[in-house]
Amino acid sequence: MVVRDLEALEARAVEMRREIVKMMGANKAHHFGGSLSATDIVTALYFYRMRYDPARPDWPERDRFIMSKGHCVPAQYVALAMRGVFPMAELATLKRLGTRLQGHPAAHLLPGIEGCTGSLGQGLSFANGMALAGRMRGIQYDVFCLIGDGESQEGQIWEAVRTAATQCLGNVTAILDRNGLKAMDTSYCGKDLGGLDARFQAFGWHVREIDGHNMAELCEALDWAHETVDAPCLIIARTIKGKGVPFMENRPEYHNAALSPEQVAEALAALESPRAVQEA
Amino acid sequence: MSEKRETRIVYGEALVEAGQRNDRVAVLDADLFKSTRSVLFRDAFPERFVDMGIAEMDMVSTAAGLSASGMVPFVNTFAMFITAHCYDQIRIQICYPRLHVVLAGSSAGLTQGPDGASHQSLEDIALMRALPKMTVLVPADGVETRAMTLAAAGQLDGPIYLRLGRYPVPDVLPEDYVFELGRAKWLRDGDDVAILACGHMVAAAVDAAEKLAQEGISAAVVNMSTIKPLDVASVHEAMRRRLVVTVEEHSIIGGLGGAVAEAMAEVGGGPRLLRLGTRDVFGESAVADELLEKHGLTPDGIASSVAGALSH
Repeated sequence: MVVRDLEALEARAVEMRREIVKMMGANKAHHFGGSLSATDIVTALYFYRMRYDPARPDWPERDRFIMSKGHCVPAQYVALAMRGVFPMAELATLKRLGTRLQGHPAAHLLPGIEGCTGSLGQGLSFANGMALAGRMRGIQYDVFCLIGDGESQEGQIWEAVRTAATQCLGNVTAILDRNGLKAMDTSYCGKDLGGLDARFQAFGWHVREIDGHNMAELCEALDWAHETVDAPCLIIARTIKGKGVPFMENRPEYHNAALSPEQVAEALAALESPRAVQEA
Repeated sequence: MSEKRETRIVYGEALVEAGQRNDRVAVLDADLFKSTRSVLFRDAFPERFVDMGIAEMDMVSTAAGLSASGMVPFVNTFAMFITAHCYDQIRIQICYPRLHVVLAGSSAGLTQGPDGASHQSLEDIALMRALPKMTVLVPADGVETRAMTLAAAGQLDGPIYLRLGRYPVPDVLPEDYVFELGRAKWLRDGDDVAILACGHMVAAAVDAAEKLAQEGISAAVVNMSTIKPLDVASVHEAMRRRLVVTVEEHSIIGGLGGAVAEAMAEVGGGPRLLRLGTRDVFGESAVADELLEKHGLTPDGIASSVAGALSH
């Protein structure tokens, strides 16, 4: 995945968003907001940066992706299905009895899911463990971990930030989905996010801040993180919760919400083309 | 009688042996490696050892990631911290996907001693036993500690809690003892009462049975070193006597006593159950022997409780 075809990636991201909305559907509560804010990041990982063979999701040399903010795993489910790890038709089973597509990621059930998350704050430590295993076994790969800005309030995140730096895990990249909204907050948690870059830098990380919906910036930053091997990298991705669906954008009530059939239709209509998303 | 050994110290030696046999064994510690004895592994295999610093939750989650990428991590700190402090991480990241991670809880139980209640794990077996897919092992002596450590790095799979003590105990098992998961070892038979014990309490129960014999009471002693999966058949066999007794250096709630109570209640109609352990209280600072005495967990204390229960 070294060819950087931005138009194709942008089109892919719109398709991802459509599939996310379709799989969630109407009348059931789902985590729309965060899944849509993370969509471009996940698209850039699975369709551009990551060395990944969908036929061998347990290939020891694969790059790994951990969705630490586990409630946004629908974006990863869609990416895995589109890469062909499992059938697209299975997306419709999301959160239904007997499904492999649990509300939060279940690594033992679904190929392509690397670790179990859902209790916030634990994924970055897990990513470090995968990176350490690569070092101990002499296998080269990158480990990417998506954390939420709200999630970074968890203390364990900072334990893991320290470990990645002290262990010089240069193949670990954290991507912070900075959509500025949590589950209950109607106010922008700006105070909390101030100085995140300085905090990571103080621990010994390299930090870059980008527009998390700009595919060129995403690809550039992921390449930078791959090439930076002396210390772990943080990409702060400024995003919009609910990105691509105008009535959800920046609205905390769509963190976990049930849509009406009309709202689903409106969302899908808004996701007709890449241009529609960019103009939204 | 052989020289007394602390199971945590035998564990440290066995860990090096496990590392020699299996190059996937990795060891994590949280700044207690001299106490947990993982320092021996660090010196033998520095490239497979990480001192995580005082960050237990991070350590446990990191172990999950190590396991998911092909290593067999042994995670080390005091029993209370590895279980209670990291419960959520163990539950979701290790047990739920059934990753092969060995959680070695060191200096478990009352005999941790002078540090007091914060450090004395009296609920750890209950906590670990409640988790789906978890295996709970409490070795009785040095022989069994070595056997369990090697098994945990070898033929066993999935999440394993290995409870280790810092109280010197004599070997109660023969040198050629073969550990079988879920199989209790009957160390001595007896017709009146069956004493089911784990950990340090196995040696104490053997001595208690000797004392009871002098009073004309015939006591069987069973090493219930696998708490989960429980050897239910041995519990049923124990129920053929007038009294079943459990002895553990742990709360009587939810540990060995709790597990045996559940197994007995499910078949019903058997004898009384006497659970010996700490009775729903926290520990306190004192030397180990004083604490065992206070809670009736010495051979004399156990014999006296058993004789008392039989006379009712």
